[in-house]
Amino acid sequence: MQPTSLTVNGSVVSVTADGGVPLLDILRNRLGLMGTKFGCGQEQCGCCMVLIDGRPEKSCGKPLSTVAGTAITTVEGLGTPDRPHPLQQAFLDEQAGQCGYCLSGILISAKALLDHNLSPSRAEIAKALDDNICRCGSHVRILRAVERAARMLRGGVAR
Amino acid sequence: MNTLTLPPLLTANPRLDQWVGFPSPGRVRVSTGRVEIGQGVLTAMLQIAAEELDVAPERIRLETGDTELTPNEGYTAGSQSIQFGGVALRMACAEVRALFLDHAAASHGYSRAELAVSDGAVIHRGEPTGHDYWSLADFVNLRREATGRPPTKRVADYSFVGRNAPRVDLAAKVFGRPAFIHDMVVDGMVHARVVRQPRRGATIAKVDEAALRLAAKGPIEIVRHGNFLAVLSADETIVEAVAAVAPNHVAWDGVDPINPYQEEARWLLQQPSTDRTIGPPQTSEPPPGTTRYEATYTRMHIAHASVAPSCGLALYRDGKLQVWTHSQGVYPLRDALARTLKLDPAAISVKHVQGPGCYGHNGADDAATDAAVIAFHRSGRPVRVRWRREEEFGFEPVSPAMVVTAQAAVDASGSPADWTTEIWSGRHTSRPGGGGNLLAAEALPDPPPHPHAAEGAYPPGAGTRNSEPLYDFSAKRIVHHLIAETPVRTSSLRGLGATLNVFAIESSMDELAGRAGRDPVAYRLAVLSDPRARAVVEHVARISGWRAGLPSGTGRGRGIAFARYKNMAAYAAVVAEVAVDESVRLTRVWCAADAGLVINPDGAINQLEGGIIHGASWALKEGVRLDTYGISSRDWESYPVLRFSEVPEVTVELVDPMADRPCLGVGEASGGPTVAAIGNAVAHALGARLRDLPLTRERVMAALLRA
Repeated sequence: MQPTSLTVNGSVVSVTADGGVPLLDILRNRLGLMGTKFGCGQEQCGCCMVLIDGRPEKSCGKPLSTVAGTAITTVEGLGTPDRPHPLQQAFLDEQAGQCGYCLSGILISAKALLDHNLSPSRAEIAKALDDNICRCGSHVRILRAVERAARMLRGGVAR
Repeated sequence: MNTLTLPPLLTANPRLDQWVGFPSPGRVRVSTGRVEIGQGVLTAMLQIAAEELDVAPERIRLETGDTELTPNEGYTAGSQSIQFGGVALRMACAEVRALFLDHAAASHGYSRAELAVSDGAVIHRGEPTGHDYWSLADFVNLRREATGRPPTKRVADYSFVGRNAPRVDLAAKVFGRPAFIHDMVVDGMVHARVVRQPRRGATIAKVDEAALRLAAKGPIEIVRHGNFLAVLSADETIVEAVAAVAPNHVAWDGVDPINPYQEEARWLLQQPSTDRTIGPPQTSEPPPGTTRYEATYTRMHIAHASVAPSCGLALYRDGKLQVWTHSQGVYPLRDALARTLKLDPAAISVKHVQGPGCYGHNGADDAATDAAVIAFHRSGRPVRVRWRREEEFGFEPVSPAMVVTAQAAVDASGSPADWTTEIWSGRHTSRPGGGGNLLAAEALPDPPPHPHAAEGAYPPGAGTRNSEPLYDFSAKRIVHHLIAETPVRTSSLRGLGATLNVFAIESSMDELAGRAGRDPVAYRLAVLSDPRARAVVEHVARISGWRAGLPSGTGRGRGIAFARYKNMAAYAAVVAEVAVDESVRLTRVWCAADAGLVINPDGAINQLEGGIIHGASWALKEGVRLDTYGISSRDWESYPVLRFSEVPEVTVELVDPMADRPCLGVGEASGGPTVAAIGNAVAHALGARLRDLPLTRERVMAALLRA
C-alpha cells in the first residue's frame, strides 16, 4: 500500500491505508480527530461533514483514494477554546445545542456558507444546513448562532 | 415530634456521603444518579449543589450515573430529574452545609445563627473564621443518614439557581473534543458488530464463515453463542464492511413474518387486550339534555431515531465486568446484565458516558449488552460495539402505534358534561428489567421469558398518560385496552401515550368549540379552573396575538392546545401557525409554560423548544414503516424528520419561573400540546380535520378531497 498524502487542518499528513477506507475512519481512527462524527454512514445526516478544499462534504462516503492531495478542515481546525472561531463563539453565546452530537457537522456546513456569504438570510442559512440532521430540536438556536457569527465576521472580529 | 418526609430518592440513598464529599482542598465532589442525555441536567444539578453548599460551581466535580460512585436513582426519564432527583440533591447539600456550620459553632464557640458559608469558607457575621469545608472535613462525618431537618435556602436568597447558566458540556462539543461514548478509545480495544437475529425466536440455520472472512479486508474473529453472532476486528472499517454484507451470508429459521398493514394503527382495534376503566363506570344512556360527540385519532409507531446509532463498551477481566453505556439507567442495566450473564451484580460496574440525545428507551441498553456479552467471552479484551444506522432504525424499541377515541356528552352550553378517553395501545414501558427485553439476551442460549406486557400505575400512566383532560367536566373516565402482542418491540419514547392522548383531547376540544360557535381559547378557559393552567393559556394567547373569529379554510390557520404533562408536571400551552396548500408548512410556534421554580431558565426554554421541534416532526413527518420482516424504514429517507428549512420561528416564555414553588418536570411538556396545536391549526387552515398522524401531504390531499 502506498501512503496517501493530504492536508488536515493545515498539517500535511501521510496515511498508509486501503484507498477504500472512508475519510471519516481515517480522521477518527487513524488521526485521532474525534470531532467529526459517525451518524449514518449513508451520507444522509451530515454528522461527518468536513470541508474538502473548502467544500462541505460528507466524509463517511469519501474513500481515502478520492481525497489524496486535498486540504481537509474538520471542526478541530476551526478554532480552540483560547481562539474560538466566531461560529464556535456564537454557538456558545446562543447555547445552540442540546446533546451536541450534530454540532461539529453543522459548524462545518455553516463555515462553508459564511466563507462565501457573510450576510446570509435566515432561509439561506437553513438551506445550507438542510443536509444536517439535529434531533434534539436546537434548530432555532443554531440558526440564531449562525446569524450571530455572520454579524461577528462582518464586524471584523478576529479569528 | 418532627415527622419530616424525605424525598423518595433521599430515602433510597440516605447516606450524605453518597451525594457530597470534599476530596481535596478547594474541591467538592457532588454525585447524582441522573445522567446527561442532551437535556442539560448536569448544568442544573451543578447550580443546585453550588447554591445549597454555597460554593462556586467551578469547585464542583460532578459524578454522574456510575454504579461505583453515584446514588441509585433508577432511570433518567419521565421529566423527573429536577422534580425528584434535584430535590433530593438540594436537601442533601443543605444538610451537609448545616452539619459543617453546626460543627463550627459547637467547636469554635460561634453563635450558630451568625454563621454562613461563602464559597466554601465559614464566615461569622460576614468575616472569615479561618475555617472552611476542607479544614473541617475530618471532623464532620458525612457517613450518616440524611434527616431532612435543616432548611434549604429561600428562593429570595438564591444566587445560582434561577439564573441562566451555560451548559457545562457544550464547549467540548463545539470544539470537537472527545465528549461521547463513541469517541472513547481504550487500549487494546476491539471493534465488534452484531449480526442481528431478525426476529425474536429466530435461530441460525447456517453461517457462511468463509464468505464473511472473504468480505473482510483483514483478519476477523467470529463469535457465536446460541443465536448471538458477532464479528470482531481491531480495525473498525473492516467490521463495518463485513456487517453490511453479513445478512447475506447467514441463514435463519423461524423468522415469524409480520403483517405490514400493522404500520397503521387501526389493526389494534381487532386485537385481544387487557382492559380496564379508570373513573366512573360508563353509562349506556347519555345524560339527559346532552348530545353525543365521538372522534377517533391514530398514530403510527414512532422511532427515537437518535442522531447517532447506539454504542457500548465493555471489558471483562479478573472476574469483573466493566461496562460503559449511554443508557438512561446504569443500575437497572447492571442488574439486567447480571441476570443475562449469570454474574453477581457486585461483579459488574456500569458507567454512563454521554451519547446522542436519547428521548427514551432506544438501543443504548442493547448495544451495551452486546459489548458485555462479547467481552464476557473474550476475557481481557476491551470490546466496542457501535450499532449501524440500519440497526438502530431496525432494532431499537419504538413507541407503539395507538388509537384513541374521545367521546363526550355535550350539554346545552356546548361543553362536555361527561367525557371518555378510550385508548388502544401496545406497551409503552419495556425497559430492561430482570434480563428481559435485551436483544442479545434473547439470542443467547436459554433466553429469558418474553417480558409481560404491563401498563404503569395511573397517574401518571404510560399509554394512559394525559388521557384525563384537566378541564372541569363533571364526569371523566379512561378506558384502556393494552394490546400484548405488537409486530415490533415497543417501549418508552418522550411523552409516551401523552402525545396522542393530548392530540385527541385537544383536537376534540377544538372541534367542540367550533360546533358551539365559540373561540377555542375562550371555550377552554370556560371549563378550566386551575389557575396555573389558565395562566399559561392566557399567556400564550397574549404573546401570539391570538384573535377570535378568524375565518377558516383560507389555507392559513392558527391552533391552540394545552396540557399539563402527566397532569402533575409542567403546564404548557402552545399556539401554532401554519400555511397549507398541498402540504403543511409550519411557520410559527409560541409556547407559554409553568414549570414551577426553574433552576436554569435558558435550559428549560431549550428543552421546551426542543419538544416543540420534536413534536412538529412527529406531527408532520414521522411514522415507522413495516414490511414482512419488521421495520423497513431504516434510513433518514424512509424515516424523514424535520429539517432546518422546515423549522418554524419559535417563541417560548416561562410563567413565574422564580416563584417559590416546587420544580415541575419540563422535558416532555411541550410535545403533546405542539402536535395538537398543529393539528388544530391545520384544521383551521383547511376547514377540515385530519385525525391520523403524521399530517402528510397525502393525508392533506385526502382531507381536501373529502371536504
